[in-house]
Amino acid sequence: MCLAIPARIVSEPNEIEMAEIDILGVKRRVSLMMTPDAKINDYVLVHAGFAIQVVDEEFAAESLEMMHRMGIKHADELAAELDDTDEPVEVPAP
Amino acid sequence: MTDILKGFRDPEVARRLVDEIHRIATEPCTLMEVCGTHTMAIAKNGLRGLMPDTIKLLSGPGCPVCVTANPDIDHAIEIARQPGVVLTTFGDMMKVPGSYSSLSREKAEGRDVRIVYSPLDSLAIAEREPDKHVVFLGVGFETTAPTVALTIREAARRSIPNWSALSLHKTVPGALEALVNDPEVRVTGFILPGHVSTIIGTAPYEFLATKYGVPGVVTGFEPVDVLLGVWMLVKQLAEGRAEIEIAYGRGVEASGNLAAITAIEQAFEPYDTEWRGIGVIPGTGLALRPEYAGFDARTRVPVTVPESREIKGCQCGDVLRGVVLPFDCKLFGKGCTPEHPIGPCMVSSEGSCAAYYRYTDYGKE
Repeated sequence: MCLAIPARIVSEPNEIEMAEIDILGVKRRVSLMMTPDAKINDYVLVHAGFAIQVVDEEFAAESLEMMHRMGIKHADELAAELDDTDEPVEVPAP
Repeated sequence: MTDILKGFRDPEVARRLVDEIHRIATEPCTLMEVCGTHTMAIAKNGLRGLMPDTIKLLSGPGCPVCVTANPDIDHAIEIARQPGVVLTTFGDMMKVPGSYSSLSREKAEGRDVRIVYSPLDSLAIAEREPDKHVVFLGVGFETTAPTVALTIREAARRSIPNWSALSLHKTVPGALEALVNDPEVRVTGFILPGHVSTIIGTAPYEFLATKYGVPGVVTGFEPVDVLLGVWMLVKQLAEGRAEIEIAYGRGVEASGNLAAITAIEQAFEPYDTEWRGIGVIPGTGLALRPEYAGFDARTRVPVTVPESREIKGCQCGDVLRGVVLPFDCKLFGKGCTPEHPIGPCMVSSEGSCAAYYRYTDYGKE
């Protein structure tokens, strides 16, 4: 449950600090409220729709590749999980 | 150390670490991991079998879904039963049995229970469906608590009238103190959780070393990460040290994430809460602060929760304390399996029983 997945920020955050990220090709909007210094193209650990930590690119790439290579649950299952929620929604700006 | 971290994918590094662990772990010790993802990593990679006889690896209360007590699950179910309520939560919570039902059973019977990926998704539902009252059931440790804290703050900022949160969040350090004081368990070192520590840093664990002389190492999730954590622990024990160290510098800073810690402190205050198997641990629950009472499902959706009951024969509570191994439970693999779980430790994919069942052959019929 406390799993966090590395992802790359691919858009500028909007006025409520939501930005698009890419996890193994899956795109999603997450909140950067906990990582105020994160910038576009930074890698972050993502948990429950929030970036919780900026990490370096080498770590992110190694972790993602490792998850794939070792069949460790999380990469594929997470991608599935992202698509499997009942309400995959964009959070609108207020 | 840097060299070892760089090679965390390397089987050769893993073998060297295992050799080193065997060489220095001459005294018996009991190491406990307190993170469900570690439980999975250890079971899946067969790390238990690589340990010398001197090292006993125990799984602790690291699965938030598993440690949620029956009365709390029953409370969430009662909320889901109220007319006009949409109960939203993480997928892990759906199949967890309470005293009489589970959220997935309630959903099958027609209640509006929805899985969301993020608590923010729950807010969006409330904005789209103003005729409903949308409750977010928040379960999880310090990794998850700030995401709900910030969602509460966002709900307040946007003045969303039809959204509230039922916080069952718990904090880890107090549970470790309860375990250290448990005469039945006798932990000599903690494999500390990776992403909980990303949020809180290492300071909240220092008391383990200073007050109790028990070392801890914040550990990552790849096989070599876990071996590195174990090696650093047995090295401390061999050298007679007790410190809180980090073996997962890639994801954790000693100071934690200040924005996240602040978010938790602003939205929540500690209260005494019940952990399955351990009992009430002072100050380890996170309740909404009075200024956010308008977003607290406990007051917004008042319910009468039926008297709870425990699951007959299920030793989940003892498994969570590390007093018995999953194999020791009479139900393990005989009636209680991931397909037909009886207790929460078999339901959640990171529950100890589910991890042992999936990745070992012992005790199955």
